[in-house]
Amino acid sequence: MIDAAELRRRTRELLATCPPATADRATFLRARFDAGLAWVHYPEGLGGLGAPRALQAVVDAELTAAGAPDNDPRRIGIGLGMAAPTILAFGSEEQKKRFLRPLWTGEEVWCQLFSEPGAGSDLAALGTRAVRVADGTDEGAGVGTGGGAGDGAGAVLGGEGAGPAGGGSRGAEECAGPDTGDGGWIVNGQKVWTSSAHLARWAILVARTDPGVPKHRGITYFICDMTAPGVEVRPLRQITGEAEFNEVFLTDVRIPDAHRLGPVGEGWKVAQTTLMNERVSIGGSRVPREGGMIGPLVNTWRERPELRTHDLHQRLLTLWAEAEVARLTGERLRQQLAAGQPGPEGSGMKLAFARLNQEISALEVELLGQEGLLYDDWTMRRPELVDFTGREAGYRYLRAKGNSIEGGTSEILLNIIAERVLGLPAEPRTDKDVAWKDLAR
Amino acid sequence: MSTPRETTTGGPRRGEGGGTVPDRAAPPLSAGGTDAGPGNDRGTADARPVEADPVPDLLYSEEEEALRAVVRRLLADHCDAAAVLARSESDTPHDPGLWKALAVDMGLAGLLVPEHLGGQGATHRETAVVLEELGRALAPVPYLTSAVLATEALLGCTAGDDDAPPATGAAPAAAASRARPHASADGEDIDGAAPPELLTALATGRTVAVLALPLATAVVAPDEDPGPTGRRDERHGQGVRVEGGTLHGRITGVADAAAADVLLVPAGTGLHAVDVRQDGVTITPLISFDRTRPLAEVTLTAAHGRLLAADARSALGRALRAGAGLLASEQLGIADWCLTETVGYTRERYQFNRPVGSFQALKHRLARLWLETVHARAAARNAADALATGSPEATLAASLAQSYASGVAVHAAEEALQLHGGIGMTWEHPVHLYLKRAKADSIALGTAGHHRETLARLAGLTGP
Repeated sequence: MIDAAELRRRTRELLATCPPATADRATFLRARFDAGLAWVHYPEGLGGLGAPRALQAVVDAELTAAGAPDNDPRRIGIGLGMAAPTILAFGSEEQKKRFLRPLWTGEEVWCQLFSEPGAGSDLAALGTRAVRVADGTDEGAGVGTGGGAGDGAGAVLGGEGAGPAGGGSRGAEECAGPDTGDGGWIVNGQKVWTSSAHLARWAILVARTDPGVPKHRGITYFICDMTAPGVEVRPLRQITGEAEFNEVFLTDVRIPDAHRLGPVGEGWKVAQTTLMNERVSIGGSRVPREGGMIGPLVNTWRERPELRTHDLHQRLLTLWAEAEVARLTGERLRQQLAAGQPGPEGSGMKLAFARLNQEISALEVELLGQEGLLYDDWTMRRPELVDFTGREAGYRYLRAKGNSIEGGTSEILLNIIAERVLGLPAEPRTDKDVAWKDLAR
Repeated sequence: MSTPRETTTGGPRRGEGGGTVPDRAAPPLSAGGTDAGPGNDRGTADARPVEADPVPDLLYSEEEEALRAVVRRLLADHCDAAAVLARSESDTPHDPGLWKALAVDMGLAGLLVPEHLGGQGATHRETAVVLEELGRALAPVPYLTSAVLATEALLGCTAGDDDAPPATGAAPAAAASRARPHASADGEDIDGAAPPELLTALATGRTVAVLALPLATAVVAPDEDPGPTGRRDERHGQGVRVEGGTLHGRITGVADAAAADVLLVPAGTGLHAVDVRQDGVTITPLISFDRTRPLAEVTLTAAHGRLLAADARSALGRALRAGAGLLASEQLGIADWCLTETVGYTRERYQFNRPVGSFQALKHRLARLWLETVHARAAARNAADALATGSPEATLAASLAQSYASGVAVHAAEEALQLHGGIGMTWEHPVHLYLKRAKADSIALGTAGHHRETLARLAGLTGP
């Protein structure tokens, strides 16, 4: 059994054989992965040692103390938090071997091709079509050849005419599986709200493979090569002026069958793993008082007495108290997780912070009065990370509007709490037993 | 004044361990507690450093959960909603049988009282758990008033006597208190017990004491200068004057006064213990909005009292602060009952051929309410822990909890009423009892707005 002492020993061994002072960053990160110290709860040979997840902190502390480089987890959050656990749970041995190492080291960035213009909260209604190719006839195959029920997809995708199909994809060259035999898949559709798509080497993708069955049953999960012909990434400009996200157009994109994750038609079940991990990743470290969005507001309040009014004061105090209580609620959740008593409280945190961020930033703009009529910069930019504090109040106000939409709208989260935490009955469904192609849209 | 039965406690032994005062970061309960009493594994609290930014323990310990289970079981057997309603309409709004079971048999009235004074030597954390359960059941017992407010005030009086010689012996009441330099300074008639003896009496549950202040009285932040007008003194000592060695005046809106054996009466800056069984004391029940915590008017006409402290301002501040902080746990219990009851009802109530709880409009309201209770729990635990550990942030934590939880309890009760529909508006359904308690609690010991003003001072967020 791997215990803390053993992990410490192995970490020091890694530091001795591959000193961060002399080894370059990528070399060190690869060595760390190969030593099983990347994510210790992963299996041996895949960056871990099958140790308890809680012991990761032991390794991280040793490495931080030694000044070792990390894999910049904020930059590769989708890979670490969503793609990796899904590949681990559903991937073949070849897929795990091929993808997890460069994913973890950050040499290959991942993005998520899930949401569509016609499938947001109702993700399972997605219309991006993946059609199986007949043997050996990759070129030009695709749209509309997926069997009798397949034609329904075109209506949803609207205007995605078959572009010039490329030759064999570079993804196929690199993939572990054979590119012959079953000729793979041709994918057509449009995805949206894709962060990091312009930086990504790979994507996790859900696509409809059988329009003739109810929506949850006709979906298959793929790994998509973002450099493949037919993948077009366009910046999607938001109300803040910048383009943090992208829309991704998929036109006759060729995906080898070796890049399918899980069985055909079971993509929804696979996607559940991805989405569950998205929600788990909230929580983390302690936040100091007045950390987060309340910080800039109270700083302005303290520094600018001329802006104060009685009305603003009352609202400020209410929000300050609510932010402090929310911080304590997060701290309590953290303590519950640390004590091995995870509660349902986590599902509420995103809801609470979305509302608070919006109300706090709204008050901040109002507090600024005349200055609130100005904006710092409308230039279309492509930020790598969301930076609430590097921008001014108007930006915060606009960006926070997305907090109640991204990663599950507040309305959907309230449904989830009502049904899964409180046990209230589900709404009657009209879509459960209807083939996807027959759904209203 | 009633005194503890001589068989229950020997003389108090203050100062035995080198003269230490009763400490809120109390030692663990000894095995000498009653069987039903709470356990406690928080002995390490003593060693917890007081940092500038202490990390509060926001969880419930196993012992606290065990205590909760015991109290909940007792209340399930002795305090159902119909009984609470019936009693609130009777001439005896307090339940003496329930009080005996909780306070005397289980020893819960003495949670905050140190062991050497005959208490359990537990902390505000355990007390908060008891209050959650009492709030959930709307138990008509003077727990908040006697076991928290009056007890804290007396602890505040004893804490001020660090250097006083320890009172020893089996019948120390009068003798020990006469040793106090200020006890007879203004020639008062001394016929009561000094704070340690009174604390012991309260800890047994056989004596009920009530702080003779209007229930709406709020704690004043310690850093607030009362100013040259002495506004703070007036606020607390209003209405009672010392004349010729006796007390005169009227205090209205005193919670649980009808159940009290002893009144702790602020007059000027002093605090006096007044036995209710004397001609000079009249307690007149008022028609209270919340009949499960009934108010009364106290009239003192040449009433005899014992001066407990000549300057009781810090003791009163301590009592009101702990009261406000722990009231948040009662409010949490109220909100929790309302939420649970309403979720259960909307799952079973059918309209339009569906459970009404399947309608999204109702689900979202209940989910939001759940989220509010989750937040209130963190705030209430934070306050209980800060009080228990004597954190420098205890005032902030108490005001934060009270400013947040009082609104949650009211919201929960209002939602419960609305989502129960017509039945929620009836006298027979208990939801109105919770609404009345929640609304009264939102005024008790300071409104949310008052506590936010305290937060403004403590957080450096001054107004225009």
